[in-house]
Amino acid sequence: MPANTKSRGVQSRLDSLTHEEYKSIAQKHEPSRTTFKNCVLAFLVGGLICEIGQLIQAALMSWFDMTEKQAASPTVALLIIISIILTSMGLYDKIAQYAGAGTAVPVTGFANSMCSAALEHKAEGFVLGVGANMFKLAGSVIVFGVVAAFFVGLIYAIFGLQGVLHP
Amino acid sequence: MQFLWAFIIGGLICVIGQLMMDLFKLTPAHTMSSLVVAGAVADGLGLYDPLVKFAGAGASVPITSFGSSLVHGALSELQRDGWIGVVTGVFEVTSAGISAAIIFSFLAALVVRPRG
Repeated sequence: MPANTKSRGVQSRLDSLTHEEYKSIAQKHEPSRTTFKNCVLAFLVGGLICEIGQLIQAALMSWFDMTEKQAASPTVALLIIISIILTSMGLYDKIAQYAGAGTAVPVTGFANSMCSAALEHKAEGFVLGVGANMFKLAGSVIVFGVVAAFFVGLIYAIFGLQGVLHP
Repeated sequence: MQFLWAFIIGGLICVIGQLMMDLFKLTPAHTMSSLVVAGAVADGLGLYDPLVKFAGAGASVPITSFGSSLVHGALSELQRDGWIGVVTGVFEVTSAGISAAIIFSFLAALVVRPRG
């Protein structure tokens, strides 16, 4: 059984590796992608997603006679729906492999993290799996956003800044 | 013209996120949280609204606008209802995004068979 002995040989080699040795070997085989290339991809994909948002917003404004402010919420909701459909088909994560922050930073990445967490934990049931894990990644964004907004609001309330910086 | 700036500003915000991940070795969760806080602070300083006016969706689609919308809600209810508005108003503007994300993620989990 040549295959069996071979795999056993690999196994014993892996067992004897220290953490540092493993790291250095793994680093050698990691695809080398420069920060510059990552940034270009993030710029192009992120810009494209914002451009799609701008198109949706313009369409809503001209079809339903919305003001820019009224169109903002439906635009975000539509982008989220598109992102969730792409995530369900497994396409969003494929783009994300290349785009990095380009797909993570737009609001579509927020929806992607919620949807993929929901799908990933479906096997554990709807309450303990989907419900409990949906905010596993998105939760930190909401927590820090709300706490920051609370303190900004508090500063405004204490110093009576209303109307000074926000018309 | 806004279409061009939407692309450029939106792309640049993503580049900032990418640099935070690559140069400072932050996890995506740390990056997103920092950007949301940055958006909230920028809105508190009155800087985010002019950016949205200038770049449209380039400023309103990235996650920084989530922080800015949270502040917007808190401030508008602060003006209307007084102090309690800081707490009650936080989700006023962002509820569309969060509700849509919850509802459709749940529906996706109902329908889609997980892979891998």
